[in-house]
Amino acid sequence: MAVSQTQAVRSTSPRSNRTRRTRWWAEVGWKYPVAVVVLFYAAYPLVYALSASLDSRGSLAGSSTLFRSFSLDNYQALGGTMYWTWVGNTLLIGGAAALGAVLMGAAAAYAFSRFRFRGRRASLTTLLIVQMFPQTVAFVAVFLLLIALGEVVPALGVNSKLALICVYLGGALGANTFLMYGFFNTIPIEIDEAARIDGASHAQIYWRLIMPLVTPILAVVGLLAFISSFGDFILARIVLTSEENWTLAVGMYQWVSNQLTSRWGLFAAGAVIGSIPVLALFLSLQRYIVGGLSAGSVKG
Amino acid sequence: MSVGQQRAETAPSSPAVPPESHARSWKGPGWGFVAKLLLMMLVNAVGVAAILSAYNVGSWVILGVLVVLLGVADWIYFAKRTIALKYLFPGLLFLATFQMFTLAYTGYVAFTNYGTGHLGSMQQAVDAALIQDEQRAQDSPTYPLSVVRDGDLLGFAVNDEGVVRVGTAEEPLAPVSGAVVDDSGAATEVPGWEIVPRAQLFSDQSLQQEVVSLRVPVSDDATDGSIRTREGTTGAIYTSTLEWDPDAQTITDTETGTVYAPNDRGNFVSPDGERLAAGWYVNVGFENFVRAFTDANYAEPLLKVTLWTFAFAILTVLTSFGLGLLFAMIYNDPRVRGRKVLRTVFILPYAFPAFMSALLWRGMLNAEFGVVNEWFFLGADINWLGDPWLAKFAILWVNLWLSYPYWFLVTTGALQSLPGDTLEAARVDGAGRWRTFRSIVLPLLMVSTAPLAIASFAFNFNNFTIIYMLTGGGPAFSGTSVPIGSTDILISAIYQISGVSGGRADYGLASALSIIVFIVIGIVSAIAFRQTRKLEEI
Repeated sequence: MAVSQTQAVRSTSPRSNRTRRTRWWAEVGWKYPVAVVVLFYAAYPLVYALSASLDSRGSLAGSSTLFRSFSLDNYQALGGTMYWTWVGNTLLIGGAAALGAVLMGAAAAYAFSRFRFRGRRASLTTLLIVQMFPQTVAFVAVFLLLIALGEVVPALGVNSKLALICVYLGGALGANTFLMYGFFNTIPIEIDEAARIDGASHAQIYWRLIMPLVTPILAVVGLLAFISSFGDFILARIVLTSEENWTLAVGMYQWVSNQLTSRWGLFAAGAVIGSIPVLALFLSLQRYIVGGLSAGSVKG
Repeated sequence: MSVGQQRAETAPSSPAVPPESHARSWKGPGWGFVAKLLLMMLVNAVGVAAILSAYNVGSWVILGVLVVLLGVADWIYFAKRTIALKYLFPGLLFLATFQMFTLAYTGYVAFTNYGTGHLGSMQQAVDAALIQDEQRAQDSPTYPLSVVRDGDLLGFAVNDEGVVRVGTAEEPLAPVSGAVVDDSGAATEVPGWEIVPRAQLFSDQSLQQEVVSLRVPVSDDATDGSIRTREGTTGAIYTSTLEWDPDAQTITDTETGTVYAPNDRGNFVSPDGERLAAGWYVNVGFENFVRAFTDANYAEPLLKVTLWTFAFAILTVLTSFGLGLLFAMIYNDPRVRGRKVLRTVFILPYAFPAFMSALLWRGMLNAEFGVVNEWFFLGADINWLGDPWLAKFAILWVNLWLSYPYWFLVTTGALQSLPGDTLEAARVDGAGRWRTFRSIVLPLLMVSTAPLAIASFAFNFNNFTIIYMLTGGGPAFSGTSVPIGSTDILISAIYQISGVSGGRADYGLASALSIIVFIVIGIVSAIAFRQTRKLEEI
């Protein structure tokens, strides 16, 4: 708009034209060069990672020349490692944790939003307090608990993916209930009442009426739960001890911490592949996530 | 409405049949009930199996909890009046087990000396002591032996005068029928087990190690000793010279006659102060907390770690909030073109998984080959991650890169929802840009962003991933044996001290430090609550 104005006044005196142009530069124009700097700041590590993943030599040494070669060797080399197993584990654990978080969070939010029962306020307050204390700080107790449980039910012991999913689900109610509770409250209770008069049971109201109406928040909670389990390192590291059970975070940390320089290309290729789904999900659901973020959950 | 229509149609032709009330036309339990029944059958089956398994291994606490939980679950899902609990129970179950219990258990462990040398109960310590002291029993017979396996599980099959007995490290020897023995007396075929060929035993080093360290108890009684082998073909009974006296609660060395009595620290000690290595954990009161603050080995490093934790969390929030707000104010301008594209690229670092960013920067900041030195410092060998102060700066820099987009998004949203008339009124009253920002924009912005800033502080206070992935806490402090370093924050220091990833374990001290973290978070959250209320009054 500002540009078109400048063009429109070109016919008038050159002096006023010049002042307008100066003003445009002072108010708007300078933002473009600054934007270039910011774009560089935001994107160069990612561009560098892409370039390193396409470098045929695959080592950190000499990787600083961008796009010197274009080869898919690193991507092919991923097949010779446990990378795809880790991807599978990550998707399985994250997917299960997300599904569980959605189901349990929605059920709890429905109960808190629609039923009036004894201890409702007290449970809401307790939940609010408990969710402030992150599970990760209590990791020693989680570890000891899993050792004890593993003696009884080996599937819930250390080095079991199921156990890790259960640990993540333990944090699900605290993290998501309030987000969902608020959303459930925005759905008028008259809808429930009408359905009840027509003879619907509470289960029918929940599954056939409420759930379709709250799908946006279900998507947000599922996505946040998936991303948080995708990015979790400390719990996954403690629980999953053998290499074939690792998630991406644990496995790729091992690559970089052991032989940083020689496995750099492998890491870069793995990072490019591993981050694409997350980036795509994040950017496409940007609007919802930002809403969810400002409702309380924070990522690095 | 449909009922009315129906009546109108049927009325002229035949005498009106009143439609049946839905209260009378109950057709029995529907599909929902069947689904519930099947689900509950599954839950009960799994629950009963777990209870039996708990009974078998003798975990009485877990058994009791399981029985109660299963009973409660059946009551909730089959009673009519527990509607709210039907929806809450699964979530509450996980919350109680994996969050509330672990928080409480952290509190318990913090007051014990749980850790290396003090693992498990007193009985476990006795068993461990007897095992550690084992020697080959004098003039005991040797038995022909073969190594057997079932998947990863290794065991011994011994020929005890014609009876083949099989056992593993967990299961004592028990006779099996149907085994075939060769001329030397060693079993060549055992039902249910696969015989490990001798040749494989000689060629596979790690298997050899496993076989030599394997001990198969002769019976349930630890004092009977166990079968061990040196070469994988013959086995002998090894017994301990220590003897456990359950009545007196003492361990006696039958060779020397020394009596080891339990003390209140969870160890067996002889009268002249000699200690057995295996111990059990006992309550030690506030000792872990006292140790954290006064022990010369821990106090100074932990104080530095605590200060850095606060500095890291506060500086991260301030810098990323500042940068995010700056970008938001610059580009929240309808005159700038292509804002959508700019915005998408601006938030890329945030959408990129955090652990990958940290690892990526670890390589980029590498002193020798890293691109940061190569591109921006003319190839100088600046050791970003090896110098205490540079490493701190590097962590702040990387975390700024990671988290400014979050604040960019949040503050952009907040700026767009600022009341336009207030801003206009300020301009009419003659306020300049700086004045408007300081007196109108910032206070209004704080109302919506202060709770998020506090949440972000609490998150970064425990931001294990970035520290551990980028520097691993290093460079290590000099002059202390504690495995922590100058960029460790409390949570990563706890991780190192706890020993869950190997090394010497000290669960007690680690839990005590976790309690301290919890207290800090509790205080911060309490302030946050009061603050949000205060800000909303503006």
